[in-house]
Amino acid sequence: MPGPILRWREGDDITLRVRNHLAHDSSIHWHGMILPAEMDGVPGMSFAGIKPGEYFDYAFKVQQSGTYWYHSHSGFQEQTGVYGAIVIEPKEPDPVAYDRDYVVQLSDWSDEAPEDIYAKLKKRGDYYNFNERTAGDLWRDIKEKGLSQTWSDRRMWNQMRMSERDIADVTAYTYTYLMNGATPDQGWTGLFKRGEKIRLRFINSAAMTIFDVRIPGLKMTVVAADGQNVEPFTIDEFRIGVAETYDVIVEPSDDSAYCVFAQSIDRSGFTRGTLSANPALSAAIPNMDPAPVLSHRDMGMAMAGMSHGDQNMGGMAGMDHSQHTMGSMKEMDHSGHDMSNMKGMDHSQHDMAAMSMAMPAPLGKAGFGSNNEITHVKTEFGPQVDARADSPQSGLDDPGIGLRSHQQLYGRKVLRYSQLRNLHPTEDRREPSREIQLHLTGNMHRYMWSVNGVPFADAEPLALSFGERVRITLVNDSMMTHPIHLHGVWSELETGDPEYIPRKHTIMVQPGSKISYLVTADAMGRWAYHCHLLYHMPGMMREVRISHDGGAA
Amino acid sequence: MKMTKHRFTASILCMAANNISLAHEAADPLISMVSINQLEQRLNHDAQSNDRDISNWNAEVWLGKNLDKLWLKTEGEFVDGQREESELQVLYSRAIAPYWDLQTGWRGDFNPEQNQHWFAVGLQGLAPYFFEIDSALFFGEGGQTALRIDAEYELMFTQKLILSPELETTLYSRNAPKYEQGSGLAKIDAGLRLRYEIRREFAPYIGINWAKKYGNTADISRRNGGDIEALQWVAGIRAWF
Repeated sequence: MPGPILRWREGDDITLRVRNHLAHDSSIHWHGMILPAEMDGVPGMSFAGIKPGEYFDYAFKVQQSGTYWYHSHSGFQEQTGVYGAIVIEPKEPDPVAYDRDYVVQLSDWSDEAPEDIYAKLKKRGDYYNFNERTAGDLWRDIKEKGLSQTWSDRRMWNQMRMSERDIADVTAYTYTYLMNGATPDQGWTGLFKRGEKIRLRFINSAAMTIFDVRIPGLKMTVVAADGQNVEPFTIDEFRIGVAETYDVIVEPSDDSAYCVFAQSIDRSGFTRGTLSANPALSAAIPNMDPAPVLSHRDMGMAMAGMSHGDQNMGGMAGMDHSQHTMGSMKEMDHSGHDMSNMKGMDHSQHDMAAMSMAMPAPLGKAGFGSNNEITHVKTEFGPQVDARADSPQSGLDDPGIGLRSHQQLYGRKVLRYSQLRNLHPTEDRREPSREIQLHLTGNMHRYMWSVNGVPFADAEPLALSFGERVRITLVNDSMMTHPIHLHGVWSELETGDPEYIPRKHTIMVQPGSKISYLVTADAMGRWAYHCHLLYHMPGMMREVRISHDGGAA
Repeated sequence: MKMTKHRFTASILCMAANNISLAHEAADPLISMVSINQLEQRLNHDAQSNDRDISNWNAEVWLGKNLDKLWLKTEGEFVDGQREESELQVLYSRAIAPYWDLQTGWRGDFNPEQNQHWFAVGLQGLAPYFFEIDSALFFGEGGQTALRIDAEYELMFTQKLILSPELETTLYSRNAPKYEQGSGLAKIDAGLRLRYEIRREFAPYIGINWAKKYGNTADISRRNGGDIEALQWVAGIRAWF
């Protein structure tokens, strides 16, 4: 574990015979690969699955290059180690120059059976959370802020019966976090020679763990996201959602050792490896950062002013703050402003027509995201949904919970989706013909997950017409970060530049936030569309059906 | 077009051999839970009445899916090894709101003298400010109606050391001397238990329990020579699986 790295070349015709040596049905899904629906490996949609002792012959043409991965799409088998990496060499000369490359595959391992983990979460949603607020936290707040301020700060959480410390459903209490299958004690090691450009192909193959990755002492130049080349940009740290991949280039200029550090989003644990010029050297392991604490913003509530430094970045989505520190923002006087009016403002590229807050405008321009109002459909109301975001902000410019202050506190530049620009021009330049708004919903207490309040088992397929260009706007009504994976076709993330729209297969939707992407329905058939957190997936899933009549028949 | 054939036999080795392959649509499996909320020894604070061996239990079992469950609830007391009084409820539970379940069914009270049967309608769930509420109306024989409200809170000193105050109030609609029930406010039970969760599923605790009868119920009890008020030290275990 993990499985072998599959190395392919763009343009190859691949045939794979996958034999199931398990005592259970299994399958292999080629995550992020553009291929015929019947080769996608999702039991119940693409094919019937692979019975114990039997095999299935996959055959498809490789039409892309970059870093991808494969995993079982049966039951909870990803949790038990059925996954591996795919590296595809481009047909044309690689626009990314590097001297050597390493796959860095992150995952989470538990000795508990996944069904037991799932049952425990159903019995007690906070079973694995050992970072809840305590009487000590309350006492500290009262001392610092006084009783009445503490009471009013706590009011919303108390009334909503939510925990601001609910960051990860499953934690290091049961998980050991792995890097290329090695525990943090063992430590994976990659060797280099001084002055080399090293391409690290990060893949998050965890079942439930979102990681924050950095390599103290080395800048990382992001060259690809989800396998697709992007305009290179340099960062110190990035969050990688479950199933996402990032390719980064690092260039160590000396012969020392560097720690490749990946801490879980809730800071309950980490995994690490070493990049070293000398196998005898090892690097110091940094301390984990403080665990994130959710804010009103992460519940999709309107912002109450500028008093909370860590909460305010997203309210200014669309503005370019890349050079600002949070500290300087605090000094700005916004006391009388309604922050929501600033949405859609752009000080660099947008024309003023993009400021369509007042009028019920037609669909937002391709590349710029949604103008549509947030509406909660009837099915979102009931015992299965515990929260609805009323004023979700764009997650585009948000590095994510717990990372928003890292620039200010540590001087670390953290990746934001708004930085992603495709290296190649947008292929499908059409405007979207319609917009589909989907809400990511759940009830943490009952551990139920759904889309628009409807679990997969009760949902109609989402029908798309072959060839159409649509916008999907995801609204995260929950307080968890959900990495959403659409099979078969690209999710073209609208980061504000219609000329160079980045293509992804998995998109993280921040708590209480929204995000939009364009989809060209150019692949016929039945495709899975779901949250890639393993224990959310059974409920938070849809079938997308692409057909000539768009499901009209 | 270049044709290269790659052949790869993926030998999928299961690391956890006992796992069951679930289809992804299995978002809502049948699950059961057994909770022993209280299993405790009680010691009267008043040393004079300390000659009896008192123990107490309070347990629940549920079986079901996300929104529909079968619930069993039982509580009772042993005195000197004899079952003094006990109660069993069998309820159908339906989720009606994000934090609330509507529960209806049967309740039976079993005492050395006189058993009693009720029809139960209750609301169980989590109220704002994290109060765990179990409230129910019980309709018994002879037009007797009982209302019982139980509220519990958990104050976490640490992630494992938890103080749990609990308050239970019982009211009756009419006098029923043979069951020692008097109309109006009948009984208040208050407990304070400090537990240490060695594991989530297993916690020993110590605490204090105070119970007092009121009004007509107290009068009836007094006439029968029963205790009106009791203050007890408790020590026990809480467990679930």
